[in-house]
Amino acid sequence: MIEVKNVVKTYDTNGILFQALKGVSFEIKNGEFVAIMGPSGSGKSTLMHILGALDTPSSGEYLLDGQNVAQLSDDELADIRKNKIGFIFQSFNLLPRATVLRNVMLPLVYAGIPEEKREEKAKTALQHAGLDESLLYHLSNQLSGGQMQRVAIARALVNDPALILADEPTGNLDTQTGEFVLSTFAKLNVKQKRTIILITHERDVAAHANRIINIRDGAIVKDERVKKP
Amino acid sequence: MKLTDLFQETASALLVNKSRSGLTILGIVIGIASVIAMVSIGQGAQNSIESNIEALGSNLVIVMPGAQRGPGVTISSGRGSAQSLTLADAEAIKNEINLAQNVEPEVSGRYQITAKGTNTNTQVLGTVAAYPEVRNLQIAEGSFISDQNIRSTAKVAVLGPTVRDDLFGASSTNAIGQTIRIKQINFKVIGITQTKGGSGFNNPDDLIYVPLSTAQQFLAGNSYLSTIAIQAVDQKSMTDLQTQVTTLLLDRHNIADPTLADFSILNQADIVASAATVTNTLTLLLGSIAGISLIVGGIGIMNMMLTSVTERTREIGLRKAIGAKRADINQQFLTEAIMLTFIGGTVGIFLGWLIALGVSHFANLATKVSLTSIILAFGVSALIGIIFGYYPARRAAKLNPIEALRYE
Ligand SMILES: Nc1ncnc2c1ncn2[C@@H]1O[C@H](COP(=O)(O)OP(=O)(O)OP(=O)(O)O)[C@@H](O)[C@H]1O
Ligand SMILES: [Mg+2]
Repeated sequence: MIEVKNVVKTYDTNGILFQALKGVSFEIKNGEFVAIMGPSGSGKSTLMHILGALDTPSSGEYLLDGQNVAQLSDDELADIRKNKIGFIFQSFNLLPRATVLRNVMLPLVYAGIPEEKREEKAKTALQHAGLDESLLYHLSNQLSGGQMQRVAIARALVNDPALILADEPTGNLDTQTGEFVLSTFAKLNVKQKRTIILITHERDVAAHANRIINIRDGAIVKDERVKKP
Repeated sequence: MKLTDLFQETASALLVNKSRSGLTILGIVIGIASVIAMVSIGQGAQNSIESNIEALGSNLVIVMPGAQRGPGVTISSGRGSAQSLTLADAEAIKNEINLAQNVEPEVSGRYQITAKGTNTNTQVLGTVAAYPEVRNLQIAEGSFISDQNIRSTAKVAVLGPTVRDDLFGASSTNAIGQTIRIKQINFKVIGITQTKGGSGFNNPDDLIYVPLSTAQQFLAGNSYLSTIAIQAVDQKSMTDLQTQVTTLLLDRHNIADPTLADFSILNQADIVASAATVTNTLTLLLGSIAGISLIVGGIGIMNMMLTSVTERTREIGLRKAIGAKRADINQQFLTEAIMLTFIGGTVGIFLGWLIALGVSHFANLATKVSLTSIILAFGVSALIGIIFGYYPARRAAKLNPIEALRYE
């Protein structure tokens, strides 16, 4: 259960204050599949970072399962990220000189999963993300953009998080693989009841979700249910 | 984060940048190796000087002719050549001072020695039967000069092993009974002393011993002494003995003002003490030079860690984003620093030990790598790793994940 109440995020660049989020409020229930849509620079990633407990709001409240994330310490935030959230970054953020497998296993290291189980879990996640098995031992900086995207998705899925946050997950994929990834999210949502929030600026992509939140200049302009055919 | 994971992460991080890790390790290797080598050389020098002094005999007070030149151990040029000590002085000390357990007068000079066509130039020492006891000398073959030899001014000689080798060859076994010529006078070899080791001037292995009376009459041609060695009954009475001998000799030589004494007197304890001061200073000097290189090595580690933190800011951000706590990041970077110093320390200890061994071998100085210096070097390298790794590690751990991920 996500409750965002009047969240403001102000960036301070050399004394110049910039409000990236100007008092955003909404709720997302467990098991929802939500798309956040908006033009570039509208504050989507900023909001996502707050939802992912990677950053804290300048003011307002963010309650995750009833816990006010805005007031947590650095280490408590780390615990939340580790146990509840799978994050897919807009720019992937893979360890460049590590193999695909090691990249995907990394969250399990911090989650304290025993070594024997890690490889299996990582391979399953990579399968879900649709990465070819032959790439397991390639270094991640030797992959194509689409392949990196899938590794990043696998890494987000590997620890079975209840909340999956995806920032432009299909931005680097062709239509076909994009569809595959989106149907993976849909499956995770329907079969495993995971909450999924994805960011996009494409209407077609957003249409895969059950609900679309429109954001512009740091404020919500529309919050609508998707009518499925 | 589990320990095995920590080591795995660390190892792969260090391996990714092999050349930089290697250079950082090299800095520590040089630092630690020089600490080990220099301290062991210092201690070797100390031990060698101490054992040289010990080899001279124990609890000795040594009287030499010539003026006292201020306090401490001054090797004055005039000493030994002046003619102020006589056998009567030695007899008086022996008879009148109870603290003197043994009195051993001697006269020495350098002469040309020949034997069967070979010849050498070495120190000849005229002495008495008490010499081996006073000077801590063992006889390997034959016998030493006896009281009978002294009374009869016998032309007999006892050779140090080096002299024996020089005159009769290294493998000779039959030097006893041979004749050698000192200053054109024939002497019969009656004994060979045991190797004592030692080096430099007054090497006890490179000496020829003859009866004191013979040396005075045939070699020196006068009745003066070059040294009187007096052995105290025990170590405690050495200072008293020194005072008593001084008083007695001043009295015998009719000198009222002690500063005008025509002899100088040395106490072995003083020699040991001042030699120890010198070698301690030496060890300290060498140690601090080595310590400086160790600190330079440490700064190298800090530099590498700081660069590494900056370079891997995005990686740190990512690790934090997927759930690493501050402690995890802290530990990882600290372990990297410690691993570097640990490897550097181990290699450095080995290298330092090799250097010490090389010095022992080529410079003929018995160096000693002590456990303390190993523990010290290791402790210091671990400490350097922790101290110089701590700051960069803490800086890395405190980064905000999003800011770290945005870092270019
Ligand atoms: N760390 C920061 N410091 C200063 N300004 C920032 C920072 N992060 C974001 N901003 C600003 O906040 C605004 C919103 O940025 P954000 O990254 O959330 O946009 P976005 O909606 O994700 O855009 P895109 O679709 O291009 O990814 C932008 O104008 C950006 O310049
Ligand atoms: Mg964005």
